[in-house]
Amino acid sequence: MEALSRAWRSDFSWSFRHSPVAIISLGVVLLLVLSALLAPWVAPHNPFDPASLNLMNGFTRPMEPNAFTQEIFWLGTDDQGRDVFSTILYGMRISLFVGFTAVLFALILGVTLGLIAGYAGGWTETTIMRVADVQLTFPAILVAMLIFGIAKGITPVDMRDEMAIWVLIIAIGLSDWVQFARVVRGATLVEKNKEYVQAARLIGRKPGAIMLRHILPNVMSPVLVIATISLALAIIAEATLSFLGVGAPPTQPSLGTLIRIGQGYLFSGEWWIILFPAITLLALALSVNLLGDWLRDALNPKLR
Amino acid sequence: MLAFTLQRVFQSIVVLLVVGLVAFSMFRFVGDPIDNMLGQERTDADIERLRGELGLDQPFPIQYGKFLKNAVQGNFGISYRQARPVSTILAERAPATLELAAVSGLFAIFFGVGLGVFTAIRRDGFAANAIMTISLLGVSLPTFLIGILLIYVFAVELGWLPSFGRGDTVKIGGWSTGFLTASGLKAIILPAITLGLYQMTLIMRLVRSEMLEVLRADYIRFARARGLKERAINFRHALKNTLVPVITVTGLQLGAIIAFAIITETVFQWPGVGLLFINAIQFVDIPVMAAYLMLISVMFVGINLIVDLLYFSIDPRLRIDRSAAEG
Amino acid sequence: MVEPVLSVRGLTVEIPTRHSVLRPVDTVSFDIAAGEILGVVGESGAGKSMTGNAVIGLLDRPAHIAGGEIWLNGERIDQLKGDALRQVRGKHIGMVFQDPLTSLNPLLTIGQQLVETIQVHLDVSGAEAKNRAVNSLNEVGIPAAAERIDAYPHQFSGGMRQRVVIALALCAEPSLIIADEPTTALDVSVQAQIIALLKRLCHERGTAVMLITHDMGVIAEAADRVAVMYAGRMAELGPAREVLTKPAHPYTVGLMGSTPLASAGKERLNQIEGSMPRLDELQPGCAFSPRCPYAQHKCRIEPRPTLEAHEGRAACWLAGEVAE
Repeated sequence: MEALSRAWRSDFSWSFRHSPVAIISLGVVLLLVLSALLAPWVAPHNPFDPASLNLMNGFTRPMEPNAFTQEIFWLGTDDQGRDVFSTILYGMRISLFVGFTAVLFALILGVTLGLIAGYAGGWTETTIMRVADVQLTFPAILVAMLIFGIAKGITPVDMRDEMAIWVLIIAIGLSDWVQFARVVRGATLVEKNKEYVQAARLIGRKPGAIMLRHILPNVMSPVLVIATISLALAIIAEATLSFLGVGAPPTQPSLGTLIRIGQGYLFSGEWWIILFPAITLLALALSVNLLGDWLRDALNPKLR
Repeated sequence: MLAFTLQRVFQSIVVLLVVGLVAFSMFRFVGDPIDNMLGQERTDADIERLRGELGLDQPFPIQYGKFLKNAVQGNFGISYRQARPVSTILAERAPATLELAAVSGLFAIFFGVGLGVFTAIRRDGFAANAIMTISLLGVSLPTFLIGILLIYVFAVELGWLPSFGRGDTVKIGGWSTGFLTASGLKAIILPAITLGLYQMTLIMRLVRSEMLEVLRADYIRFARARGLKERAINFRHALKNTLVPVITVTGLQLGAIIAFAIITETVFQWPGVGLLFINAIQFVDIPVMAAYLMLISVMFVGINLIVDLLYFSIDPRLRIDRSAAEG
Repeated sequence: MVEPVLSVRGLTVEIPTRHSVLRPVDTVSFDIAAGEILGVVGESGAGKSMTGNAVIGLLDRPAHIAGGEIWLNGERIDQLKGDALRQVRGKHIGMVFQDPLTSLNPLLTIGQQLVETIQVHLDVSGAEAKNRAVNSLNEVGIPAAAERIDAYPHQFSGGMRQRVVIALALCAEPSLIIADEPTTALDVSVQAQIIALLKRLCHERGTAVMLITHDMGVIAEAADRVAVMYAGRMAELGPAREVLTKPAHPYTVGLMGSTPLASAGKERLNQIEGSMPRLDELQPGCAFSPRCPYAQHKCRIEPRPTLEAHEGRAACWLAGEVAE
């Protein structure tokens, strides 16, 4: 109780309660994440269960009964008769899963490499930071595409669809570790010269482990901010790759895949197949982005 | 300045060698080139012969050296999928991408700088505020959605512009251009806007913030106090001083335009190297991927180099000046 | 009496804020005659620079002239706008800023900056403008002016740059120069040269000068007359010798006391207790009264007398009694 009321009274909480943008963004994010998590219970249909699909339901308009089956779908159906609403919920699961996991991967990789670079110094540091510099020269999406292509080449042909999601996660994660590494390396360099590290070294303790305990709390806020903004970027990157056909496989469509499918029906007038996934993607990316912006301002007033 | 240039060139070469190593490793280790080149009916003798021909039995550094030598000569091997030399395919596709990148780059610079200056000068105006708000939304929209939106409005609903392809092209030497036909010009409008919009927004916001900064500078006050005309102050004095940071970002953005062309080319089925690259990834066509990687790296590194050297022509303080050395 | 070049009457500048309206310049009046240097002194925030900016029409929003009149050569200029105002700047009033390092555009040669200024005000050919530019550089003492005209600002030292700035301010031959702390950013050794240069040029050409400074040494060196400002108001105005030797306003007395030059020989510097009040914290009565050692009850309740543009008076109820 005590901790809770202290948290409520903190600057951070105050700043949140006084930012309508942050409140709405968090609301949208929570709503979308929850509905994605609960998709199997919330969605009226399971779009990936072939048994539940009826081709007769194809191209049903939103909120209008299907001509043959008289079924009503809130957001209409696609060419296969899949309920668009359910497909969005399931697609969002893929998008969010890839986004979160890729950022987590980038975070662990970046923090580790940043720590090593800052602590070890010398050529280890030079190598890591040079690689980071070179990678920064190229847009992340290009790096991700390339890694995706290479990984696809390494995977045996019959496992490609199965592995595609993981390949996607690795590709996006690898394209995004640099920011984390830079922040953590900077903090490590500062910490390295403090007395307790020198002391630990003198008495023969492993300073690395001790440092880790001191550095991580220090870099928590910037890492959290980078992670949030990275999440928005990762979600967009995933959608872009899947839209380009080099991401999520057709058997596990993400929001990007749905938009890719929907683009084919723009000219024939089936606008709902593309519109609703696109709006969902926008809402997701925008609210995570705004949340990240707010977080950056709230955690680091100096940067404003 | 010479020392600086040499250092930059050296750094660029190092970056290219590293990228070359990545490309070579893809070539060499991703999938077995022998597997890819020989069909199902192959003998051990065939494999040995091809291995010898490709130099795959030689030590790694020598193979890498050969790869680089070939790459410099524009020889990237044979596309697995099209069974034609990669260099030929790239040469066919390059004009489409370069024309698209050039038009969207010009679009981004022209409107980015123009709107940036406008929003800085009319800082509190309604139009300037509206532009800034819209631009915020533009930054968070994924490129492919912008493309689809434009297709929907201008191709599907209004029917003014084509939704895919390059229109008619004319061959001049080895270069196929869409600039000389009406349908070619119409076809490039939507893709160029899609590709340039994000960069335009970035440039606009940057020019605006730099302009606002510079307009507060003492020498602008002094220029006002000398009774110079507003136009001379805004463009001759203020804009020129914003150019150094703007050129940095713009230069890097031009590189990004070529990379992001992949997305736009897919949306509009624009027959350039980006679309080629996406297809190469889908079909794991390693030689095409490696060649694209090398090509785009050369462009990136080249643009970075040019940007660095451009500073000198804009900012006299960076030049080693003889008069100061003498005086 | 010869008509003054610049005549300021009851000039008031206001800055509206959320809570109140600030008056950084409050009913200020003064004249400057041709060839005369008026030194304007005061602490930072006293309204000196704001007065100079108001005269040349360079107030930054939301500051604006809220009252009074400014006359230049018999023409009223405080209500000019747009092109008319632009033509006064540079052509009739030249301005010299504090920091020569930042006053010049780093990306244009000094020749380009001079020529554009000359051509915007005088109807001369490019060659003639360049000729004049070289001449004006010669006049301010830039050696080898003809060669150095194509040099960039960063190729000059601070003192040389301030000479270039002065050349720029004078190149269209204005009748008034406003020099806002022209020596503050310079080395002490260069300060005297710049002051001497300003003095010489203005006496030669008969240019009126408004010399804004917080440095009593500069005033003693250059000014013919002195205006002392405090909290946006004119505290004392008079011939330099009189104000410096027989200050009439208690603030001027304090100011003299705290200046090393003026108090040379004394045991220690007298400091004025406290600091200048913020503009939003002004009390009724004389603004200096909280710090004034001579303040009486009257000073704290009644608005102090407004100082007219005539000479030798202090805006103080006790004026004249203090000095003795």
